[in-house]
Amino acid sequence: MHKGGSGRWIFLLFFMPVALWLLLLLVLPHVELLRMSFVSGEFGAGGGVTWDNYLGFFHEPIYWTTFLRTAIYSIAVTLIVLTVSLPIAFYATKIAGAKAQGFLLVLLLLPFWVSELVRVYGWMIILRESGVLSSFMLALGLWKEPVELLYNDAVMIMGLVYTTLLFMIVPVISVLESLDDSLIEAAYDLGAGKLAIWRRIIIPYAMPGIMSGSIVVFMIVFGSYLTPKLMGGKNSLWFTEQIYNQFITYFNWNQGSAFGFLLLLLSSAIIWVALKLTRQKLSDVLK
Amino acid sequence: MIRSLPSSGLYRWGFRSYVFCYFFFLFAPLLVTCLLAFNDSMFPSLPWKGFTWDWFFSEGPTKIGFFHDQKNLRSLWASLKVAFSVTLLSTLLGTCAAFLFEQEEFRFKNAMYFLMLAPMVIPGVILGISILMCTNTLGLFFEKTVGWDVELLRPGYWLVVLGQVSFISTFVALVVIARLRKFDRTLEEAAMNLGAGRMAAIWFVTLRYLRPALIGSAAVAFLMSFENFNTTLFLVGSESTIPITLYLQVRDGSTPVINAISFVLILTSSVIALANVFIARRET
Repeated sequence: MHKGGSGRWIFLLFFMPVALWLLLLLVLPHVELLRMSFVSGEFGAGGGVTWDNYLGFFHEPIYWTTFLRTAIYSIAVTLIVLTVSLPIAFYATKIAGAKAQGFLLVLLLLPFWVSELVRVYGWMIILRESGVLSSFMLALGLWKEPVELLYNDAVMIMGLVYTTLLFMIVPVISVLESLDDSLIEAAYDLGAGKLAIWRRIIIPYAMPGIMSGSIVVFMIVFGSYLTPKLMGGKNSLWFTEQIYNQFITYFNWNQGSAFGFLLLLLSSAIIWVALKLTRQKLSDVLK
Repeated sequence: MIRSLPSSGLYRWGFRSYVFCYFFFLFAPLLVTCLLAFNDSMFPSLPWKGFTWDWFFSEGPTKIGFFHDQKNLRSLWASLKVAFSVTLLSTLLGTCAAFLFEQEEFRFKNAMYFLMLAPMVIPGVILGISILMCTNTLGLFFEKTVGWDVELLRPGYWLVVLGQVSFISTFVALVVIARLRKFDRTLEEAAMNLGAGRMAAIWFVTLRYLRPALIGSAAVAFLMSFENFNTTLFLVGSESTIPITLYLQVRDGSTPVINAISFVLILTSSVIALANVFIARRET
């Protein structure tokens, strides 16, 4: 492209809005987040620079145990989502007939156009003590009395898996679509078993998609608020709740900023370790 | 193993029943929610007490249907207004970004591209609080130095819009970039050889080509904005959006009017989703 007078204008026409967006809505707010996390004192006191907000995180066991719990649960949810969605993605791309394929894809995506809140609410009215499942079991005579299935960790994990499945299925389907069937056929003809084909061909080939799905799922789960709060009940102890409490309940914005920054920092570290372990590059994964 | 290879009946049936269970798991909560919207009971639960439209149309006083429920209707309207602005702004920004990163060369392009991808991995809660604090500091600054009280910088409509635009634009940009990569640039050059300026070539050739991607990403942007909770929560003023109003009702327990609202939302988003698929099919 020639860089004449008009080329310059068009470049600026594209460049300025994007630069403003990135600067004003991403860079500046995060610089402010970092700055606030080092300011001491109660709200509005305007004290000097301090590490107190970060030290508070390590001194108070409830904070870092909640953080650890959230991190471990988020990793677990990511792994479950991966195991549940791999066969589905494989079925949709490699096993289903060509006609069924389009239909399956639409059906897979459909529920995810519906708000997270509505989907979680659906589970709540099924699982709670006066819920649909309880009434059903009572009517069948299988249960003697209503059982509260909501408000425990297992159900919370199920809810998180349910709300994030799509973010794994889409990237995995898009890599599997480009996997040449003849690779699998060749391996089969040469006598490879199913397990070997999965381990040596399908998984390595799908790795960029798997990692990109895993990163997005992990971050969504880590940063989610609604599902743990509504399905995990009073002792759900999710880290985003701590941030919310600092901001809204205690009005301690400095402590909240430190938590926010730690969340950002430590979750990026976990992603970095995962990328190193699977020998993937961020630039290949986030295409 | 795959379509073209022979496989045992057990393998095929095993796979099929797994897929069936998966879809059951996927749709069960939505179906239950929709069904209970029509139950003639004060609680969103069984037993079934007969079919009714009350949770949509009843005027009260014991049952207030969705279409007479002022609080929920107001939030719905607030959400629609927000989603409208967000769709417009983020489609514009995302398209600019797509052209910028696909067709222009400049210093620090890679760094800027990675910065644009950042919202994919920044939790919505963090975006919300950092934008809240930044605008709060700016607002205080203006008030102290010039004595202006800038409405825009206080939690409210525009802050919610800006907060959502900050990450929804990234999704639009990624969709448009994917489509722009497949574009044959010789078409633009042909238009320019025939005397069109670059702007005219983009307007009459490239944007026409991008249309399905633009429509599709605008639809996604609209729904993402409409259902956003995490970012909005911190930026919302007195006019709360529908996910936030619904959240409070779900948390504290409510009548099946939530089911009626959910039914309407599920129906609308399914229609938008199917229309989106249909348009994408027809144009490619």
